[in-house]
Amino acid sequence: MPATNPSTSPTAPRTLSDAFAARRAHGQAALIPYICAGFPTADASLALMEAAAEAGADILELGIPFSDPLADGPTIQRATFEALGAGMTVRGALEILRRFRTRYDTPVVLFTYLNPVHHFGLTDFVREAKEAGAQALLLTDLPAGADAGLEAVVREGGLELIRLLAPTTARTRIPEVAEGAGGFLYYISRTGVTGARTALREELAREVEALRKEVALPIAVGFGISTPEQARLVAASADGVVVGSALVDRLEKGGVEGAGAFLAELRRGMDGEAVS
Amino acid sequence: MTDIATPAPTLPAADTRHRFGAFGGRYVPETLIAALDQLEEAYEEARTDPAFLAEFDELLRNFVGRPTPLFRARRLEEEAGAGPIYLKREDLNHTGAHKINNTIGQGLLARRMGKKRIIAETGAGQHGVATATACALFDLECVVYMGAEDVERQALNVFRMELLGAEVRPVSSGTSTLKDATNEAIRDWVTNVESTHYIIGSVVGPAPFPRMVRDFHAVIGRETREQILEVEGRLPGSVVACVGGGSNAMGIFHPFVDDAEVRLVGVEAAGEGVETGRHSASLSVGEPGILHGALSYLLQDSDGQVAPAHSVSAGLDYPGVGPEHSHLRDTGRACYVAVDDQAALRAFHRMSELEGIIPALETAHAIAYILNEAKALTSAGPCVLNLSGRGDKDVAHVARVEGRGSLL
Repeated sequence: MPATNPSTSPTAPRTLSDAFAARRAHGQAALIPYICAGFPTADASLALMEAAAEAGADILELGIPFSDPLADGPTIQRATFEALGAGMTVRGALEILRRFRTRYDTPVVLFTYLNPVHHFGLTDFVREAKEAGAQALLLTDLPAGADAGLEAVVREGGLELIRLLAPTTARTRIPEVAEGAGGFLYYISRTGVTGARTALREELAREVEALRKEVALPIAVGFGISTPEQARLVAASADGVVVGSALVDRLEKGGVEGAGAFLAELRRGMDGEAVS
Repeated sequence: MTDIATPAPTLPAADTRHRFGAFGGRYVPETLIAALDQLEEAYEEARTDPAFLAEFDELLRNFVGRPTPLFRARRLEEEAGAGPIYLKREDLNHTGAHKINNTIGQGLLARRMGKKRIIAETGAGQHGVATATACALFDLECVVYMGAEDVERQALNVFRMELLGAEVRPVSSGTSTLKDATNEAIRDWVTNVESTHYIIGSVVGPAPFPRMVRDFHAVIGRETREQILEVEGRLPGSVVACVGGGSNAMGIFHPFVDDAEVRLVGVEAAGEGVETGRHSASLSVGEPGILHGALSYLLQDSDGQVAPAHSVSAGLDYPGVGPEHSHLRDTGRACYVAVDDQAALRAFHRMSELEGIIPALETAHAIAYILNEAKALTSAGPCVLNLSGRGDKDVAHVARVEGRGSLL
């Protein structure tokens, strides 16, 4: 489904809502892989973004590494430190996106912590990210209500602001979170940090259904999804499935090719096709 | 019984709940918001609950050993060539430092919230020991995260925590030091938030931690104020304290913030010298940034990555600082200076020889500053030094640093 464009001029990206709508039209959920910029190299990240788009990913999360990833488990921490050690920077991550954008229209969410973009200058960052071809920004440590001023900078700069909801989020807080959110709501499947888990919580589907009654935005679920079977289960209730640590793991073991094959497997699992 | 928490009236009326001027806030993963709300609510109730305050007061008195004395250091005055200089003897608290004021307060609060499991981060191990102590007292499960390097260097404190019934978990991610131990403690909290309270060890972290930890330590400043008025009949001309995260400094500064005539001086660690880049002087040369849930001065590189801190004293070895210090710095109410490893080591020796008190290496930074600046610090009245901890924990380290081998 991703349009490829043989020229090197930037490809006009699709919007997040287009990406969800296209899947919804077929009764399917969006596949949203997380890719750590610069792990193991900038070229590998670009190759993985392209492989992901080819494998049926609908939206990409491009992670900008930060020295203190306190919401991440061991797998993404490892990728983060390796990327930083190899010299990845905020500008370096935007450059990967710019190169991806020459050929692919798959929407991209930049995913990071507040400090690197705050230090860059948030206004400048949003402008450069937009120019590089980003559609949205997710800041792990900027919860709703923490800093309205910074959130306004993101929106006014033309990026959608993705917000997270957790199982611990009070019901009374959900409208506040949904109110200023753009793109989709990212529902954290369980309390804890990122990382693969063998089992999903039983309550998950029920929680997503309950949430759907309260919010209009598409709901993507992430944290701990690592198998086609889990992706299928989540896709049955959610509009999108985020896969992060499991993909990093496949990338470490099988390179870009292995990681791309894993995404294709997840895609087939989500679409209800037989999983080999 | 005392009011443990008078909010500083110099703060702007709006947004006082989560910020000190522009600094502080709650920059945390969404998962923690509910726990912070719960903590804030519990603390707001507790701080005005006479039963809670009475129990806190009683434990500070009979378990911690408060009030701590205010001692006039006459030989130090002679050496520095000016006086009077007083020492607020926080080293005489149970477990040997001010840290326990906070862990007793938060331990009581955890019990009040019905949380049975406690986690904490520690650098040198002082806060870990103080937390393990409170957990033994209150019968709470205790897990302490400690950088793998620090676990090696501070084997004695690790054993001490274990004796007190705590489990020490070495952290080997990132730089394997205090900031990474803090990251790991936050990860644990995100995962076990329903059952667990996080006893943070300084005036850092997301709201309400910086204010709450300050309030639990403000007993230091309140006693100092009473004691100096009694012996001198006047307020101090200056109050000096070392600053890593800044809890002992905030504790002694807080009751003097409204007294404009009292100079407040925080002493950071210049490590091998601020010009070398190997230091912990966040307020002196850092830039505002976001780490561990708060906006505050922070050591960082040109790409916004947190830079490793350095100090001969493990307790000051932290790249951030409490947000209220950032506010006091920017408003000019307090001033912050930096003292390097060598000067701190000299002061460590001088205090031991002159007053018969082996100070913590953290405290030695503030002593070094006083030895150099005593005239100015006493020009408008007596100088009070917060002697935040005793140095027994540092004796083996100093012997090693000074080439005496591992004699201990």
